This record gives sequence, C-alpha cells and structure tokens, in this order.
Amino acid sequence: MSVAIQRQGDYVIASIQSDLSDSEVLELRHELAEMAGRHRSRGIVIDVAALDVIDSFVARALRSIVLTARLRGADTVIVGIQPDVAIAMVQFRLNLEPLRAALDLDEAIALLDRLTQGDAVDGG
Amino acid sequence: MADEVRVAITTDADLVTARAEGRAMAERLGFPRPDPTLIATAISEVARNIVVHVGRGEIVLKPFEDANRYGVVVIARDDGPGIRDVEAAVRDDYSGRGGLGLGLPGARRLMDDFEIESSADSGTTVTMTKWRFRDELAILREERRRRA
Amino acid sequence: MHEEPDRSAEDEEPEQRTDEEPEQRTDEEPEQRTDDEADERTDDQPARPTEDDSLLQELVAYLRENRTELREEWARRISEAELLGVMSDEEIFSEATEVYDNYVDALETGSIENLQTYARELSERIIPRGVETHEVLGIVLLLRDVLARSLFAKYEGDLELLNRILDSYEPAANRIAVTVGVSFVEERERVINEQQEAMRELSTPVLQLRDRLLILPIIGVLDSARARQLTEQLLGAIRDKRATVVVIDITGVATIDRTVANHLVQTVEASRLMGARTILTGLSSEIAQTLVDLDVDLGMMETVGDLQGGIEEAERLAGYRNADASDSDGTVAT
Repeated sequence: MSVAIQRQGDYVIASIQSDLSDSEVLELRHELAEMAGRHRSRGIVIDVAALDVIDSFVARALRSIVLTARLRGADTVIVGIQPDVAIAMVQFRLNLEPLRAALDLDEAIALLDRLTQGDAVDGG
Repeated sequence: MADEVRVAITTDADLVTARAEGRAMAERLGFPRPDPTLIATAISEVARNIVVHVGRGEIVLKPFEDANRYGVVVIARDDGPGIRDVEAAVRDDYSGRGGLGLGLPGARRLMDDFEIESSADSGTTVTMTKWRFRDELAILREERRRRA
Repeated sequence: MHEEPDRSAEDEEPEQRTDEEPEQRTDEEPEQRTDDEADERTDDQPARPTEDDSLLQELVAYLRENRTELREEWARRISEAELLGVMSDEEIFSEATEVYDNYVDALETGSIENLQTYARELSERIIPRGVETHEVLGIVLLLRDVLARSLFAKYEGDLELLNRILDSYEPAANRIAVTVGVSFVEERERVINEQQEAMRELSTPVLQLRDRLLILPIIGVLDSARARQLTEQLLGAIRDKRATVVVIDITGVATIDRTVANHLVQTVEASRLMGARTILTGLSSEIAQTLVDLDVDLGMMETVGDLQGGIEEAERLAGYRNADASDSDGTVAT
C-alpha cells in the first residue's frame, strides 16, 4: 500500500508515500477511523512530505479523513507540505479550512499535545 | 526545442508520469519555482478527470519559445461522454467547492490561458497554457548583439 | 544658394571664416551642391564642400600615415596620466589601436553610428575590468590633444591652413569625445541597473529574530516578480529554520496593488500550510485603505500597526511571553 501507518504513544502516524487512488483513499480513511476508535487515539498525523503535487482530489481526501476522524474523537494534523505545493494549494483555492498543519512530526505532536490537553476536539 | 510529449492516460500510474513529464518540461524551459509544481498540479487535475470519469485519454505537452516568451501548452483529450454543463464546470465561485468537483476552475487559476471544448460526440478537450516573458536583460543583450 | 559667392574665390577670401563659427562652415556651406542634395543631408553625413573634403582627406591620410608614432605618443601620455591602471600594457596597446582606427574612421566618414557601436562594445569589455568614466573621457581627450598637437607641428608653417585644418578637425573630434563618453556612461548605467536587479534577487533578508521566529522586512518597490521571489524565500526559511511565527514588515513599502496584495494573502496562507502563523506589520494608512478598497480577503491575516508591536505579538505567539494582551497594541486578530 502507498501508506505506512504506525502508532506513537496515543497518536497514529500515517505517512503517504505516493499518490493515492480512489480506493486507497477510502481504505486509508477507514483504517484511521478504526484506529482512532479502537485505541482511543486522540490524535492523527498525516505526513505528505513525499507528495510533490497535491491536487483537489488529494485535498478532498485529506479533508474527508480529518472530518471523519473528528467524528471519532481525534484531531488531525497534516505535516510535510512542501513550499511549492503549499503555494499551488493556495493558488488553487482548495478548501483547506478544517486542515491543521504543522511543519514536521515534532511540531505536530507538540500541537496535538496542546490540543488534547485542553480536552478540546474542536480546534475551530 | 521542438518536441512534444504524449502520455496515454488510463490508470493512476499514468498520472504520475504525466505530472513528471510536465514538471521536467517546465524545468527544462527555465520556468522559475513554483511554476513547475503549478503546471504539474494542473496536469494532475485534468488527467485525473480522465481516469475517474472516462477511463481513457491522453495528455499532450508542447513546449514553445519565441523572441520574447517561453511556455508550455497542455492538452488533455478524451473521447468520453462530454461535460453537459461546461460553464458550470469552469465557473469559479471561489469556494473551492465549485466546478462540479472537476477541479477545472482551480486548474485555470494555476495556468495563464485556459480553453475547453466538450460535447457528447467529440468528448472533451482542455487546452491550458502557462508562459513567461524571457528574462528582460537577456533580451536586451541579444538585441544589442543583433544590432552590432 | 545660387547667390552665394563663387566657390573658387574662397581661397582668396579666408576672412569669411572665423574661428568662432566652425560649425556653420560644415553645416551651412553647401555652395556647390544642388538643393536636392542639400535636403538629403543628415547629421551622420554632413555634406562637405570639395575644399573641406580634400582638407579632411589630407588630415585623415596624415593621421593614418603617422598612426604608429601618434599611437605611441598617446599611449605614453595615458601612462603619464596614470589612466587605465587596471589594464596591462598589451591590453592598452590593443584597445588603443582599435580606438585610434575607429577615431580616424569617424573623422573621415563623419558617421557616429559605427562609432557608437564600437564604443558600446568597448564599454562592455572594459567596464567589468573596473575602468571608470573619467578614465574613458581622459584617454579620448588625450588622443584628441595628441592629434591636435601633431597637426600644429605639421602645419605650423601656414597658419591660415592650420586654422582651416583645425576648423575641420575640432568639431569632429569633439563629437567623437561626446559620443564615446555618452556611450560609456549609458553602458555603465545599464550594468549598474543589472547589478541592482541581481542584488535584489539574491538578498531578500529573512532574518531569524529568535528561535522559531522569523522576520521579513520588505523595503522599496514591491512588484509581482519580487513578491513571488519573496514568497519562495520565506517558505524556504520557514522550512529550514522550523519557524512557527513570521513577521512580515512592510513599513518600507509605499503602495501595493491588487495583484501584490493577493500575493501577500497567499503567502500568509501558504505559510499556514507549513505550520507557521504570520503577522503583518507596518501597513501605511494608504496601504490599509487600498486593501479595504480592493476588498482583499484578509482572512487569516493578523495585522499590527507598528513593527515593535508586531514583534511583541509574535513573541507571545511563539511562546516567549506571557499571554498578556496589554503587550500588543492595535492587534487586529481575525
């Protein structure tokens, strides 16, 4: 599969290695939702550093994962968006509203720590 | 630099190829960052539409250069059923949700020129172009050399 | 023109010419030409009366014959004046030969176009070597002097002829000096502009104020190309320095248009996708009004009026200060 998933403490880390197909997106979403529930993980980190293009399809996929995870009680942080990819996403005007982003894994975990401590799932 | 590149689009793997070819051509032409990524992203959009909605088509990449400009033309072609409401497909309501989910408004924003033709008979053809003026100082130097 | 005195009588009427009016002679005495030919005259090719023509040819021939000695004399005076220090003797010799030949050609043809072309090429060659404007003017004037003096020496036996020779020579020589000087200066300006452009591109300072805190002060004209380049550098710095807060200060920017304003907004949003928050500081009242009038979507942008306040707010966001709201002035958090 194009995604490597591992657990780190209370959190789940998913590293996307290559562009995902439709079915792989559904699979990933399902997997993460399950893990959030099963292990009562409060936080998910999705690492997209390997993606040199994030188009509307991938953005929608990320968004759907974030929303689903939230319904299962977990916050999600996206990490590893490259500078040029960030510019493309912004210029494309992808709907990025629910997405929280951090620079890398360490930052993401620090952010999740802050969020889950406050017991706030809704980051708004 | 004459050579156009054609990529047949049938599977997800072809998306990777089309993006990579587009990026490589943009870099070869001398596009500054982040343009190669913008071009690859626009290619990804239209190529994915082919995979998801039609199943078969092609991407054609054509480089061009003249005295003042350089650029790349991206043509995405398929023989599918066509888009019934083309106008809605490209309408930009700036919410990111518009465009019937086809990502065409976004692709248009990433490129400089954008045209689309679509019908049940001839399928869909999207033609997008991104270009830049060549470096002004380089142009000036050449002019002077020609004058001398 | 047909009423002008018979040309053939000129030799006996040197009084007609005065030293104060050499220009008039070359431009306004086409006696032997027809009206049509007079109309065809251009600045490049002033028509000359046969008398002047032969004088000029004599002059040019003399300068060519004595090329070697005159060129050496010139080179000697260049060294004496300590000009062209950055060039070796061989280089000076080779350029001097070309300058001399072009100079004499220009005297002969009266055409400055070829001279301009040559002067531009020469400038292109010597400017990177560090040759300065006063040196270029200096050597051209020295050549002018060297040639003038040799004309004195040759024609000193016949003052009237000498005067006529000088009348022929001086305006042409001055024109050459001006042409070469102006070409050099223009080329110099072009090179300076080029260098400034290159410096602008290379040296946008993204400064690390504190750990995780970057500041990008923007000064001067902010156009689309520069904005794009600033964005690249800022995002690269966020990645390299692992910044969580960025202050973009535009105190030094007078005006911006819609394109650049949108660019700024996009930069802020892209920074957010890399995990950094941005504070915009130093908006002049003009820019503030422009942003409002353009209905630019300031969305996620946090702005603070002055740089100091912005830095304090940034430090607070980055965790360096207690969350004491009274530290920051005029925060507009959206």
